[in-house]
Amino acid sequence: MTDSYTKAVNSGFTKTLAKKLGLPRPAILRRFRAGDPLTVGPVLVVSDDASTGDADRIAQVLLGWGLDVRRQPSDDARWGAVLLVLTETRRPTDVSAAVLATGSVLRRLATNGRVVTVSRAAADGDAPALAAARNGVDGFLRSLAKELRAGATGNGIVLTGGAAVDSTSVLATLRFFLSARSAYVDGQLLPVGPADAAAPADWDRPLAGKVAVVTGAARGIGAAIAKTLARDGATVVCVDVPAAGEGLARTANAVGGTALQLDVTSDDAGRRILEHARTRHGGLDVVVHNAGILRDKLLANMKPAQWDAVIAVNLEAQLRINDQLLGRDGGEGVDGLRLVSLASTSGIAGNKGQTNYGYSKAGVIGHTRATAPLVAARGGTANAVAPGFIETEMTASIPFATREVARRLNSLQQGGRPVDVAEAIVFLASPASAGVNGQVLRVCGQNLVGR
Amino acid sequence: MATRKPSGTSRNTREANPSAPAGVRDAVIVGGNRIPFSRAGKKYADASNQEMFTAALEGLVARYGLQGERLGEVVGGAVLKHSRDFNLVRESVLGSSLSPQTPAFDLQQACATGLEAAITVANKIRLGQIESGVAGGSDTISDAPVAVSEGLRRALLDASHAKTLQARLKAFAKIRPADLKPLTPATDEPRTGLSMGEHQAVTTARWGISRAAQDEVALASHQHLAAAWDAGFFDDLVTPFRGLTRDDNLRADTSLEKLAKLKPVFGRGLAEPAEPTMTAGNSTPLTDGASTVLLSSAAWAAERDLPVLARLVDAETAAVDFVHGHDGLLMAPVHAVPRLLARNGLTLGDFDFFEIHEAFASTVLTTLAAWEDADYCKAELGLEAPLGSVDREKLNVNGSSLAAGHPFAATGGRILATAAKLVAAKAAETGRPARALISICAAGGLGATAVVESV
Repeated sequence: MTDSYTKAVNSGFTKTLAKKLGLPRPAILRRFRAGDPLTVGPVLVVSDDASTGDADRIAQVLLGWGLDVRRQPSDDARWGAVLLVLTETRRPTDVSAAVLATGSVLRRLATNGRVVTVSRAAADGDAPALAAARNGVDGFLRSLAKELRAGATGNGIVLTGGAAVDSTSVLATLRFFLSARSAYVDGQLLPVGPADAAAPADWDRPLAGKVAVVTGAARGIGAAIAKTLARDGATVVCVDVPAAGEGLARTANAVGGTALQLDVTSDDAGRRILEHARTRHGGLDVVVHNAGILRDKLLANMKPAQWDAVIAVNLEAQLRINDQLLGRDGGEGVDGLRLVSLASTSGIAGNKGQTNYGYSKAGVIGHTRATAPLVAARGGTANAVAPGFIETEMTASIPFATREVARRLNSLQQGGRPVDVAEAIVFLASPASAGVNGQVLRVCGQNLVGR
Repeated sequence: MATRKPSGTSRNTREANPSAPAGVRDAVIVGGNRIPFSRAGKKYADASNQEMFTAALEGLVARYGLQGERLGEVVGGAVLKHSRDFNLVRESVLGSSLSPQTPAFDLQQACATGLEAAITVANKIRLGQIESGVAGGSDTISDAPVAVSEGLRRALLDASHAKTLQARLKAFAKIRPADLKPLTPATDEPRTGLSMGEHQAVTTARWGISRAAQDEVALASHQHLAAAWDAGFFDDLVTPFRGLTRDDNLRADTSLEKLAKLKPVFGRGLAEPAEPTMTAGNSTPLTDGASTVLLSSAAWAAERDLPVLARLVDAETAAVDFVHGHDGLLMAPVHAVPRLLARNGLTLGDFDFFEIHEAFASTVLTTLAAWEDADYCKAELGLEAPLGSVDREKLNVNGSSLAAGHPFAATGGRILATAAKLVAAKAAETGRPARALISICAAGGLGATAVVESV
């Protein structure tokens, strides 16, 4: 699972050699550790003239987080982050000064630096010039993220429905993008709407007191999700098929949670999950639909069992469990639930040999968007995370050459780690993220394919 | 969600066993966990007792969220045990996620080890000495200790005590070529030299148990166990180990025809007209595995929002004089049960389930026959009338040792957890208390029995 190329180009003689030869040099990404500074250096907040008020408000919050906040570009800093606020932009010509000011400091952006845009989504009824200015940010950010080097990432917050820049959910998203928690999230624009949300007492433990369920928790990404949820304060119920019980017990004991051996495709899986969480832990707050299987085959060679098994586990099980959790099966269900499903870049961009998997993962995106308003009616959210190339036992089994190509095909030129997916899930599952609903957050290092 | 961890739920407020002596409270069974049992020399060929027991314990800890918990006691044992495993259970606890402050001890009562461990833990709980405990056992034939011969052992000990080179050489000089042959582990009865199977063959012949009746018991065991696995009964009783997800002795597709083809392996030396009837199909195979059961006071379980399946009401052990041929080696439970029932004011008709350990199919059948036999009940058990009949529909309903296998010390935990889950489900279904009788025969003419009742 180790990426020895990334190690080699970052140390000793091979580092010098790679530099001289002009080889791609993926950076060692900074990951979250409790107690570490939020950013790697001072934060520059720039905006167009009309958005100065919003920029000021954000700068105030950043100061409150103990960051070194500057409002003017200067040559003396290694910038930890640049925040480009374009919330009140009216015409495309408005943005040029702020955009160019951002560009002027990029050469002094620190390793693992961050660029974050804050803008508003184009909406029905917008004047054409306003819609152009707002939507322009999308292409700008995605292009800029591809220009960043040395582990730096670029992501955008897109306010919808009149959300205020200093609302809790916007700030939670900003904090996520600025922090090492979003190490492998790059080139993403995340819509955030207005929501009634409270900031956590401790941003490092946003899930304190919450009960979370993770399916497919025996190993790989599922085990990392369980560990990350527990690290951030949640009591974790680890679910996997009975046959995976040995790894499941290991995960549950590592996170101080409980192991529930259960086939997610069974008819009453949702009810049993809910009953376990309620009777053993007093409630249920977060469900992470991580369980998934692969049965890769070219469609011409696909057997019915290969197609059906993937759909049953990756898609139908999530639908049935959600119906039971939301009381759509005649039961009472549960309020305030945070649902996070695992989609995949295969479900966005497609992948040869994965018609079944691609169908299931695109299906997940579909049901997440449709579930969002249903769960919102009960005070919850439904979102999906779409991992790109993640270094797991599964991807380690891909032949060497294919694997090397696959892991370099993104702006960060490396595969992500299971914990990167888990960090995105914790963010979406946190109470402060209430304004993020029905979204698909990619954790792919800005994979070159798909949006 | 304003309230978390609601305190004691109503299901745990039941009155203590009215027939229990004053000052004694209930010991409840929270649940169990075992690893799948595996035929000797297969999946667990290089797994030690400590690894297996630790795995069973870790699965239990994970199921009930006991990480870092200081339990009152963990009690278990192994029948075939290395001398290095003198603290088998304590070492397993130290290798587990439980608090290292959890005390533990080893105990051994042959095949009754697991049940005796549960009786011991339950009694400590009932007396208020501990609030919680784990009982269990582990056994491996694959990783059994191999000893040196008595001659070599004596010589080695003498040499280690010798102070001079000369004395040391003298000690070694006593070694004879025959002494170099290792002693493989044997479970033969030390006082008779007969294996358990040969002993049971005599009992089987004495009671006239037919081959066909034995094969039917074996078939039912496999069919019942397979059905229980398919129904998910073991989803919360078993945690896979080393890639094994089901008991690998289980033959879901066996049939009376297949069983009838097997050649008898025990009782071939019986005097005419007795026919040898005991085959590899209707005798338990040598098996590796480990099991655990979590017991506690009702209050301890309620404080932790743990489910409660049943309570361990009472237990009775017995022994028989098999050495002089007065009774069969495995007949001790036949004696224990009437005493247990009398003390608790129960009859065989008061039970919903009978869990009679299938050391051999014929052990179950001789046990049932003895309880129906007026002469035996009067002469041996001191009963005025036969104890009665066991409803075969209630016997080993989810299979037993013939299908699951029998890692000696692990069988008690397997049976106890199964019985507890069965009575809990029955009580939930009918709304009335349900009861199970457990009977386990053991080497040395021993037997342990217990009553389990829903809460």
